[in-house]
Amino acid sequence: MQVFTNILLIFLIICAVAASLSKNLLNTILIFMSYSLVMSIIWILLESPDLAITEAAVGAGVTSVLFFVTLKKIHAIMKADKKEEKGHEQKNTET
Amino acid sequence: MSRKIPRHEYEKTLSFRLKQWFEGTKDPFLNTVEMKPQTERQKDEDIDWKRKREKRQRIEAIYDLAHNWEIRSFQKFYKVFSGLFCLFLVAMLLIAVSYLPSYGHPENPANNEVARRYIESGLEETGAVNIVTGMILDYRAFDTLGESHVLFIATCTVLILLRKDKKKDDNGKDVEESDRIYEPKNDVILQTAARVLVPPIIIFGIYVILGGHLGPGGGFSGGAIIGAGLILYLNAFGFRKTERFFTGKTYKILSVSALGCYCLAKSYSFYTGANHIESVIPLGTPGAILSSGLILVLNICVGIVVAGTMYTFYVMFRKGGY
Repeated sequence: MQVFTNILLIFLIICAVAASLSKNLLNTILIFMSYSLVMSIIWILLESPDLAITEAAVGAGVTSVLFFVTLKKIHAIMKADKKEEKGHEQKNTET
Repeated sequence: MSRKIPRHEYEKTLSFRLKQWFEGTKDPFLNTVEMKPQTERQKDEDIDWKRKREKRQRIEAIYDLAHNWEIRSFQKFYKVFSGLFCLFLVAMLLIAVSYLPSYGHPENPANNEVARRYIESGLEETGAVNIVTGMILDYRAFDTLGESHVLFIATCTVLILLRKDKKKDDNGKDVEESDRIYEPKNDVILQTAARVLVPPIIIFGIYVILGGHLGPGGGFSGGAIIGAGLILYLNAFGFRKTERFFTGKTYKILSVSALGCYCLAKSYSFYTGANHIESVIPLGTPGAILSSGLILVLNICVGIVVAGTMYTFYVMFRKGGY
C-alpha cells in the first residue's frame, strides 16, 4: 500500500508540474482533471471518503467543465489549435 | 558525442527541453508567456483635463448637483461615514481577535478538550453515526450556513457578471446559435451515454445526500454530484429539455426556500440550546435513516443549494441566462 501511495504522490507532482508547463490550455485542463482524480484516490487512502467524493465531483467534474466552457467562449479550443500548429511549423522552419 | 540522433533533432525533443529547464539554462516561459515590464503611462494633460471635465459634467447633468443639495450633502456624508465605518469594523475585528486564545498553544481547549468531546460524545449528542457530519452540521452548523451563503453570493456575482439581458440584446439569437458551433447537435453517442448515465448519477447524488449522517457524504458532495448529472443531461439534450423542469425561477425558489429552511432549523436549535430547553425533535436510533434530528433536513437544504449553484454556474457560462 505504501508503494501505491508513493506512486500516486509522484504522479501528483508530475501532474502539477506538467499543468503549469504545458502551453496548450486544453492540455492544461485535462492534466488538472487527472490531478483531481489522483487527489481523490489519495483522499481515500488518507481515510477521508467525504473529501474524496467532493474532490471527484467538484475538482474533476464541475470545475473542469466550467474551464472548458470558458475556453470555448474565448475561442481557444478548436481554432486556436490549428493556428498554434501553423505557428509552430513556421517557427520550426525559421529556426 | 555518442548520440543516436543528430544534434538539431535532439534539441527538439522533450527530454532536451526538460534538461535545459532543470539545469536552469533556459526558462520555458521566457519569450512565451513572459510578463513585460509596464511602460509608464504618458500623461496627456489636455485629454486628462477633458476627461475629468466630461465626467464632472455628466454627473452634474444626471444628478442636477447645482440644485439638489440633498445629494451633495449625502455625498459628503457618505465619504465621512464610510471612513468611520471602516475604522469601526477594523476596531471590532481587532478587539474580537484579541480575546481569542493564542494560536497554536498546546493548552488551548481546541487542541485537547474539544476534539475529545466530539469523539467521545458525538454519537449520543448528535445521533449521527458519521462523526464528520455530526460535527459540521450540528456542532459547527453555523460555519456550514456561512458556506451555503458564500455559494449563494457566488451565484449572485456570476449572475451579475455574465447574465445577458434578453430585451436589450438585439442579436441574441446569433449568440445562442454560435454557442453550439463547436459541438455536434443531437450527438447520438453522447445522448445514449447520457440516457444510461444520468439516472444513476442523480440517484447516487440523492443517496449521498440522504446517507450523509450514516456514511461518507453529505449535502455538499451529493449536491455537486447532482449538479454534474444535470450538466451532463443539459449537454446531451439541450436547453429546451432542461428548461421544462429547471429555470431561473425554479432556482430562485429552491435556493431561497432551502436557505430559509436551514436558517429556521438552525435558529430553532440555537434557541433551544441557548435557553437549555429540551429539543422536541427526537434523535432517533443511531444508524436509522430517520435519525440524528435536524441533520438530515440540513443536508437536504445544503444539497439543493449546491446542486442549483453548480447547474446555474454552467448555464451562466454557456448562455448567460435561463
